[in-house]
Formats: sequence, structure tokens, C-alpha cells
Amino acid sequence: MASVTMTVNGKTVTATIDPRTLLSSFLREHLRLTGTHVGCDTSQCGACVVHVDGRAIKSCTALAVSLDGAHVTTIEGLASDGHLHPMQEAFREHHGLQCGFCTPGMIMSAVDIVNRKGAMLDEHTIREELEGNICRCTGYHNIVKAVAAGAQAMAATKVAAE
Amino acid sequence: MYAFNYQRPKTVRQAAGLLAKAGGDGKLLAGGQTLLPTMKQRLASPAMLIDLNQVDGMGGIELKGRNLHIGAMTKHADVANSHIVKTAIPGLAALAEGIGDPAVRNRGTIGGSIANNDPAADYPAACLGLGATIVTNKRKIPADEFFTGMFDTALEDGEIITKVIFPVPQKAAYEKFPNPASRYAMVGVFVGKKGSDVRVAVTGAGANGVFRLPEFEAALKTRFNAKSLDGLSVPADGLNGDIHASPDYRAHLIGVMAKRAVNKALGK
Amino acid sequence: MSATGIGAPVRRTEDFRFITGKGQYTDDINRAGQAHAYFLRSPHAHADIVKIDTSKAKAMDGVIAILTGDDLAADKIGGLICGWMIHNKDGSPMRAGGHPALAQGKVRYVGDHVAVIIAETYQQAKDAAEAVDVTYKTLPAAADIDSALKKGAPVIHDVAPDNTVFNWHLGDKAATDAAFAKAKHVTKLDLINNRLVPNPMEPRAAVGDFDAGTGVFTLYTTSQNPHVARLVLSAFIGIAPEHKLRVIAPDVGGGFGSKIFIYAEETVCVWAAKKVGRPVKWTSDRTEAFLSDAHGRDHVTHAEMALDDKGRILGLRVNTKANLGAYLSTFSSSVPTYLYAPLLSGQYNIPAIYCEVDAVYTNTAPVDAYRGAGRPEATFVIERLVEVAARERGEDPALFRRKNFVTQFPHQTPVIMAYDVGNYSASLDKAMDMADVKNFGKRKKESERHGKLRGLGYSAYIEACGIAPSQAVGSLGAGVGLWESAEVRVNPVGTVEVLTGSHSHGQGHETTFAQLVSDRLGIPLDQVSIVHGDTDKVQFGMGTYGSRSGAVGMSAIAQAIDKVIAKGKKVAAYALEASEGDIDFKDGRFSVKGTDKSLAFGEVALQAYIAHKFSGQQLEPGLKETAFYDPTNFTFPAGVHICEVEIDPDTGVTRIDRWTAVDDFGVVINPMIVEGQVHGGIAQGVGQALLEGAHYNKDGQLVTASYMDYTMPRADDLPSFAVGMTSTPCPSNPLGIKGCGEAGAIAAPPAVINAITDALGHENISMPATPQRVWQAVQQSQRKLAAE
Repeated sequence: MASVTMTVNGKTVTATIDPRTLLSSFLREHLRLTGTHVGCDTSQCGACVVHVDGRAIKSCTALAVSLDGAHVTTIEGLASDGHLHPMQEAFREHHGLQCGFCTPGMIMSAVDIVNRKGAMLDEHTIREELEGNICRCTGYHNIVKAVAAGAQAMAATKVAAE
Repeated sequence: MYAFNYQRPKTVRQAAGLLAKAGGDGKLLAGGQTLLPTMKQRLASPAMLIDLNQVDGMGGIELKGRNLHIGAMTKHADVANSHIVKTAIPGLAALAEGIGDPAVRNRGTIGGSIANNDPAADYPAACLGLGATIVTNKRKIPADEFFTGMFDTALEDGEIITKVIFPVPQKAAYEKFPNPASRYAMVGVFVGKKGSDVRVAVTGAGANGVFRLPEFEAALKTRFNAKSLDGLSVPADGLNGDIHASPDYRAHLIGVMAKRAVNKALGK
Repeated sequence: MSATGIGAPVRRTEDFRFITGKGQYTDDINRAGQAHAYFLRSPHAHADIVKIDTSKAKAMDGVIAILTGDDLAADKIGGLICGWMIHNKDGSPMRAGGHPALAQGKVRYVGDHVAVIIAETYQQAKDAAEAVDVTYKTLPAAADIDSALKKGAPVIHDVAPDNTVFNWHLGDKAATDAAFAKAKHVTKLDLINNRLVPNPMEPRAAVGDFDAGTGVFTLYTTSQNPHVARLVLSAFIGIAPEHKLRVIAPDVGGGFGSKIFIYAEETVCVWAAKKVGRPVKWTSDRTEAFLSDAHGRDHVTHAEMALDDKGRILGLRVNTKANLGAYLSTFSSSVPTYLYAPLLSGQYNIPAIYCEVDAVYTNTAPVDAYRGAGRPEATFVIERLVEVAARERGEDPALFRRKNFVTQFPHQTPVIMAYDVGNYSASLDKAMDMADVKNFGKRKKESERHGKLRGLGYSAYIEACGIAPSQAVGSLGAGVGLWESAEVRVNPVGTVEVLTGSHSHGQGHETTFAQLVSDRLGIPLDQVSIVHGDTDKVQFGMGTYGSRSGAVGMSAIAQAIDKVIAKGKKVAAYALEASEGDIDFKDGRFSVKGTDKSLAFGEVALQAYIAHKFSGQQLEPGLKETAFYDPTNFTFPAGVHICEVEIDPDTGVTRIDRWTAVDDFGVVINPMIVEGQVHGGIAQGVGQALLEGAHYNKDGQLVTASYMDYTMPRADDLPSFAVGMTSTPCPSNPLGIKGCGEAGAIAAPPAVINAITDALGHENISMPATPQRVWQAVQQSQRKLAAE
């Protein structure tokens, strides 16, 4: 067993865990944050994407013990003060989800794309940047629209806040 | 995953000590983007896992003279976004930008990729195509001697890659044809030109991992132009074959990717 | 149209929980004291089990129990069933081999269930599984149709010594032979409909629970039809009678058919829960999903089309061999038969059709319904044939289609179906316009200038869905009726709960169904909630598949609403002291004709519950109505999809440059959701055509058992889609709905392949048209050109 302390959605958590516990299992089973999903075993589907120290990673391909001291944000931590994050709003507004299973990872990846690439995202860029997130329901059409709109909404929110 | 003993050393020396202690049953954990899926599938079962993520002095990107030094624990995303790399060897930054997907690039490291020497990995092509030197805690190994076969390297027991030194070329580019399913390189060709030296390295295609193409290199030395490769072909013998690409198709793609890489290097 | 009524693109009410991570999928459910199950699966495609020694594994840390087929047999737990009886040409029944939930003496595919290990943790169960010592006597395997039909092939089930499940046929052979005898031209094609793995993003999962106090079992499971699961688990498998078994399908992360079926894992989890006295949870990993979810398609077909001298279709002859895998899955036998051959007429007037189907056992995972189920296979046959026939005759493929379209309705095809309504030319015209077909030549030249090949392909599909009248499917062999139920519960304050037998796993029922209720009852959308997926709440339901939830499920709701309104009028008559015949209901108010006396819907609901204005002898208090709706016919969505591709001849990479879809779904409740269904369907169809293929090697090992080898469509594989609609309302249900869930997956594959063959200039390419295959085909055309 090994000890790990990390900050998840703003709260500090400490646990003693089997070292083979993946971050995804730690979130789902120890913290009961079941919004992070696991859809494959080969780190390709992206349903498990969370942010670690501000960067998107696949939580099924990281050991929780290895992230001692890290700041983790999951889909449950994206909305603040009861307000949906602009990317969450954009997915709803543009029907960027159907069964909802890939959605948490998709949204976390989308926010990361905007953090890295800015607000003005063309379709080609969005499609390439979503390489690590698989959706079986939407054919991606509305996800692409949602990410583009969410990116602009994030920029607008930021401007409004400044 | 099988159970393992987890260790989190702070220095390379400690890590090397643990690795020695583990005998053949220790594994280094860098970004884990290949190792962890392999362990999840129970295809790897190290008794000890030595996590390098808190080891000091294994990151960083620096230009020293005409050589680019990249610390072994540098993440793909950091290579891709580094102003230093983009200026010195844009083809290397572009290669890093094409590894896996954004989330994988945020975890995966150059040292981990090279040490694993997956026959479909991208970095080995850059190392060979640029004539890089792999620096370990014990010695410096020229790329030409480093990659010894599929998932096999010149690394000895207890040896840890600490950084990779890339000589800055005049021109370099990488062109990848991804496997449609995994998106790993089905064929990837790196071309590098430094002075009169031209290197062409191929990944994804060879049954023994990354390899150079002397004939292509000779033709490009005469004239560094895609047309110089007209009429040249690669024998399919010894190339990988699977449901996505036969050895013949891979051989063909090597030619196409090589030309495209040359054009890219020339800014065409 | 109101902002939330029928036809409005209402944003989905279910989305909030999904975008905030608060969805409750089966794997998110944890029961107190739960143990974890891991299934030991066969590594062999075909083997006798000589011995299973669990002694070492049982002694390992955390292990609670290890159960095998012998334990199932001892508890008299029955095998999994196939619920659709198909008869051979000679009238004899199909040959269904036994399908125990845990193998009994023999394994028949890689992934077959040998034993279940139940332990305190999943890792402990998996560790122990490796210590179970199974002695196998391996047998030769037949991993594909040809090997299974070969003389001397290994026998997979004793009941079918030639590995043939059935030899079935449909249509008039003599009339078809006569049509071919007088043909001026015959177009022939050999087609493979590639095997696919459904791959909903949520892997299957199950939690079984047993309450020793009440004797009630509860199963949480990833199901598209929890009531059917309960029926099968009770009546056939014998877990418990229905009133002692509750099945809950909570949020389900996609199904596409693969979660219709009743599988070994959920059967074992719910049975084992009583056996070990603990809740038992199992969650599939992705590789297990590849190995053990029912696969789709896998047909080998030879098809011929007879034409007269004017290019009119005279007849169609189709011979198909369908791989059903190692066991008959729940509805597998219906897919290559009644969901397939009756659609072979396509949108065309074809006087004579004859189709023969041989269904074959192989040592592979069971094959069953996958999005479209039979109809994509039929559409691929007819739309490839039509395209090639037009090309062989030197006719424009669009004009050729138009010439042969059915234009008079109703239209009786020679293969069961009676098309009720449609306007196929309207969809074709609109699609050609949206796709800018007239400038295709210019675009092709532009591509050529860049060394690329460009092609355009049509697909004019039709499907039968809204499955269907119970009498009709019963006469064709279905073991169940295919109606749907609804219960509309009006609360005393006028809010409404609708309990539906349809299950939503991405389709957005919680929104569209509420739109119907809001529209009909004139109450705000947020006063309606849709309840589904729990056998303790909903009395019965047939579930969601075959694009039936709108046409059948919503029609049931509409009928129940009509009854609510009728009862409401009675209540209002007492409350307003008027005669029932004078009560009107409009825009949410009951009013007395010709007066200003009226009551809002909520006020009438309250009157119904307080029952102060009428006696119990005059009228029953309360306001709750139930309907079981059985339609009068299948529905026939149809449309035209046009795909335009650009091929890089140097690499064989095909890029879809534009996609146009024009569909006639009849009445559309929520166009945003319907378009989303079309997008997703197209992506799966493009996946089949360009990317996806399940591949077993000759030993029966699944080579494509993860996303490393099985190509899932990703965002950068696809374009955005141009989606348009035409509409001829369906006459066979009260809402005019036809159904939209499968259209894209049905339409897309032939559109892609027709476009690629158009670009290549020859027909020799099979699905998936991977870069390697396209490159090889380009080589072939170049060799052919060089030879000429």
C-alpha cells in the first residue's frame, strides 16, 4: 500500500491505496466521482480525460500514487458556483452528446484544446485535436460545433471577467 | 495489473540503485503511456516500479551551441510547444506534435519512448534521422548503436536515459502514415540533412524496429530533392505485415512518405 | 408550433446530468457489501473441457466463490435463448444448439464463458482466474463461413452436423427464374458485408442483488429492454418468477443493438448474488466487449439483377450466407431473414424477388442485431446492384434509380412488405440539389489537377422499422409481441409522469416524449417527467431497437394521453356542472362550449383526486391511464444519401469531401435530435465502409480485440454532414412518425462504396475500403489502363 495526497476539485484528499490503483479508479471508487468514465483499456477512447495541473490526461493511464501533490479537476469540478462552464453549456446547446458516456472526457478535452489553442478554432483543428476522444453516438458533427462555440464562449466569459 | 512494489526516488542515482536492487524485475515509470496499458493487460509484470516523475534534473530543453539537449522526462507536448525546438529543429517539434493524442502528449516522455523502442514509435526515427546521442547515467550512446531491435535497445541493466542530444540539422522533417486504428506509425520516415550528411530513418515498417535507408540517403546526398528518390524502392522483405498493411504496401508507403518528408523539409 | 411542442428543436432535459458528470450508469452503482465477478474465458475457439480444477484458485486471497457450468446445471438454470423461430425451406425448425451461460463440457469461441470467479475485489478475482486450471482438449475450429461449410468441417453443435442453422428462403422462385429468362441484361455482384463490433462507449456491466428477506432479485444492467430481459431471465432461464425479479437499466451509454440481448454475464451475476449472499458486480473491459458482445453483419452474398432492354428491373435473385457465430443470440435468427430479405426491393418496383439464406454456425462470437440489423445488408445488396447496373448500361445512376422508383402507394413488394407512403423522387431531387451534383464534374477535374481521384455515390435506401404489428411478427416467428406500453400518471397538482416501455440510451426520449405530452396536454415541459428502465416502475415494455420508440412508444403515450383527456372531460363536466359532451379540451384548459367557464388542466387533475364533485359510483377518482399500442404496419423511412470522396492514389487514403443526407422520417418531433441520430448513423455506416472490420484468424483468435487494431471512426475521419428532410407522414400510427435511428447506418455503406468505385473506375473493392485496399485497387486500375 502507498500513501497519496492530491487536490481534487479544490479539496485535498489523502488516501492509502494499492499502488496499482489508476487515477480513474481512485476517482471513481475511492472518491465516488463517477463522472470520469472508462471506455477502453488502451488509452484511446478518452472517456476518462481529466485535468492534472491544468493539462488534460487520460486518467486510466496514470497511477494515482504517481500524482502525489497534483491538482486534479474532473467533470464534477468544472462548473463553479452553480454555473455551468461555457463548454458544458455549449455541449447542451449544440446537442453535442447523446448517450452521455464519452461526454465528460470530451468536455474536459475540449476545455484543454481551448486552453492550448485559443478561442478561434476551425473545424479541421477541432477534429484533429479530438483524436484521442471517441464518440459512438454523435458522428462528431455536433461535438465539433459545440467545441467551436464553447471556445468562443470561454473567451467571452474571460473578457467579461476581466 | 499485477501487484508491484512502488518506488519514488528523488535522484537518478537512487533510481539506478533501485533498478540494480530489483535485478531484472524492475521497470522505470516515465510517462507510462505504453507501460501502463501493457501492465493493465498483464503483458508486463515488473516486481518493482520505479517512478521517475519526481527525479530532479531529468527535464528541460536547452540549445548548447549547435546541439539541442532534451531531458529524458520532457513530455511530448513540451517538445512540441517549445520555442527552442521549433526554432532549432521544427521537424522535431512537429513530430512530437503528432505523437498519440493531446492527452497522451501531456504525459508521455521522450526518454520513455526511446527506451521502450516500440517499432511503431515516432521518436526513434528522429533520433536515427538526426544522428542523436542518447545520454544515460553511465555513458553516451550514438543513436546508430542504440536501437538494437524490436522493443530492444543498447541499454544495460541499471542504465537510465537522462537526456537526448540532437545535432541541429539544416533541414529535417518527419512524415507519418498512421495505423488507422491505433494511430501509431504504420510507416514513418524522418529525413535530416546536416552539411553533406543526409539521414533517412524509417519507423513503423521494420520487423526489427527503426532502420536507415542507405540508398535513399545516397540519392539525397547527391541532390536533396524528392525527385532524387524517383525509381528507388524498398524491398518488402523484412517489413511488417498485418491486417492494416502488407509488407508490399508498407514498402510502397516508405517511398511516398520519404518523398513527402523531403518536400516538407524543403518547405514545399 | 410552440417553443417546446412537436417540431421544436428543444434542448435536451437529460443533458444536465451528463454534462456535469452526474449520470448514473450501471458501473456507477455500488451496493453495500458487493463482491466482484471476473469471467474466465476460453482462450480456444473450439475445445472440449476435460477438467476444471479450482482448488488452488479458491484458496487465494479474497476469493468468495468460483462457479462453473456444473453449478448452473445443479441449480437447474436454463440456457440463453433465441427468441425468433425460423423454419427451413422444408418447414422444419431451425437447429438451435444449447447455449449455457457458463460452458458445459465444451467451449465454442474465444471468449466463451468457462467459469466465474467472485472475490472481494476485481483484481483478486482476476488474479484467481489465472490460477484456475482448465484442461482443454482442443478441437479444429471453423472461424468463417467457408470453413464451417466445408466437407469434414468441425461440428460446432451436434444438433447441426453440417453447421447450418437453417436454409431459409423468401419470394417466388419460379416467377424470379422467369424474369431472368426474359432479361436483356443481368448484373451480377459478389458482396461481403463485413463483420462489425458494435462498440457502444459504455462497456456492458451488471450488478446482481438478492434480498433474502423478500426473496426478490434485483439486476442492474446495461440493457435496451429491461422488461424483455426480465421475461427471458424468468420464463426461460428460470432465475426467479417475474414478480420476484426486478431489472433496472439506468443510464445506458449507447447500445446500437448490442444491449438488446440477454447475455451470460448478467444471468450469472443475478444468479450468483443469491448463491454467495452478496451483491455481485461485473463490468466488462473493452477487450472482453470485443470478445463477447454480439457482433453484427457478416454476410457473404451473390446477387443478380435482371433488366429489360429499357433498363427496367425485372427481377432480383439473392443468395446469402450469414454467419451467426457459435451460438444463437437473442434475436440473431431474425436478422438475416425477416429483417433482411423483405427490404431487398429497396425503393424500386421489382416484380419478382427470390432470396435464399443459409445461416451458419462458426467458432466466433455470436452475431445479432447491430444498428440497422439486416436492413443495411439488404440496402448494400440492392444499392450496389442498382449502381453497377446503371454503369453497365451507361446510364446516369440517379436517372436509372428514378426510372425504377416506386411511385404509386400503397405498394406491395414481392417480399412481404407493403410500402404505405413515400415520395422517393422528392428526396432524390433535394439531395442532388444540396450536394451540388451538377458541378461534380468541375470538382472532379480540380481533383485530377492535384493528382487525386474523385467519385460520387448514391444510396437510395428504405427500411422497415417501428417494429411492428405483433400479429405480423408473430406469423413470421417472433417469440414476443412488438407493441409498446405507456402509462400517463397525472399528479393532483397537474404535473405528469409518463412511464414508458421504451428505453433511452442516447435517443433523448426524456425530451421528445415530454414534448409530445406538453403539446397534447398544454402544460409546460418542465412539468413532465419521463420514467423508464425499471421493471418495478413501468409495468411492461418491449424496449428500444429498430427505430421503434417514436413510432410505437410515443404512439402508446399518445393513446394514453387521449384517455387522460377523455377522463379529464368527465371530471371537468362534474366540476363545471355541464354535460360531458359540452366539454372541450384545448391549450391546457377544459371549457364548456359556448361559455366562459373553464378549468386549467391542473385544476381538473386536483378535482379528479379530491373527488368532491362526483361520487365513486359515477366516476372513479384519480387520473391515470394506460395504453398498449400495437401499430397496423411497419413504418418505411426512406431517403437518399450522396457521398463524394477524394482518393489519394499514392497512399490509397479516401477522404470524404461532402456528405448529403435527405431523409423522409414522416413527422419529426425534435429536428435537432433527429439530425443527431442521422449524424451518428452515418458515422457508423462510414465506419463500416471505410474503417471497421472484425477479423478472426483461421484458428478463431480475434485479431481486432481492442482499439489498437479495430478502427473506430474518429472526429478526423469524418466530415460535417449536410442533412435535409422531406416528409410524407406515416399513416399507420397516430403521430405520423416513421423512425430515424438506423437510417444513416443503413444508407451510408453503399453510398461510400459507390463513390469509391466511381472514382476508381471499377467495382472491385470490399469493405472496409481501407487505404491498403484502395491502394491495391488503384494499382489494379493502373495495370488495367496500362494493358489497354
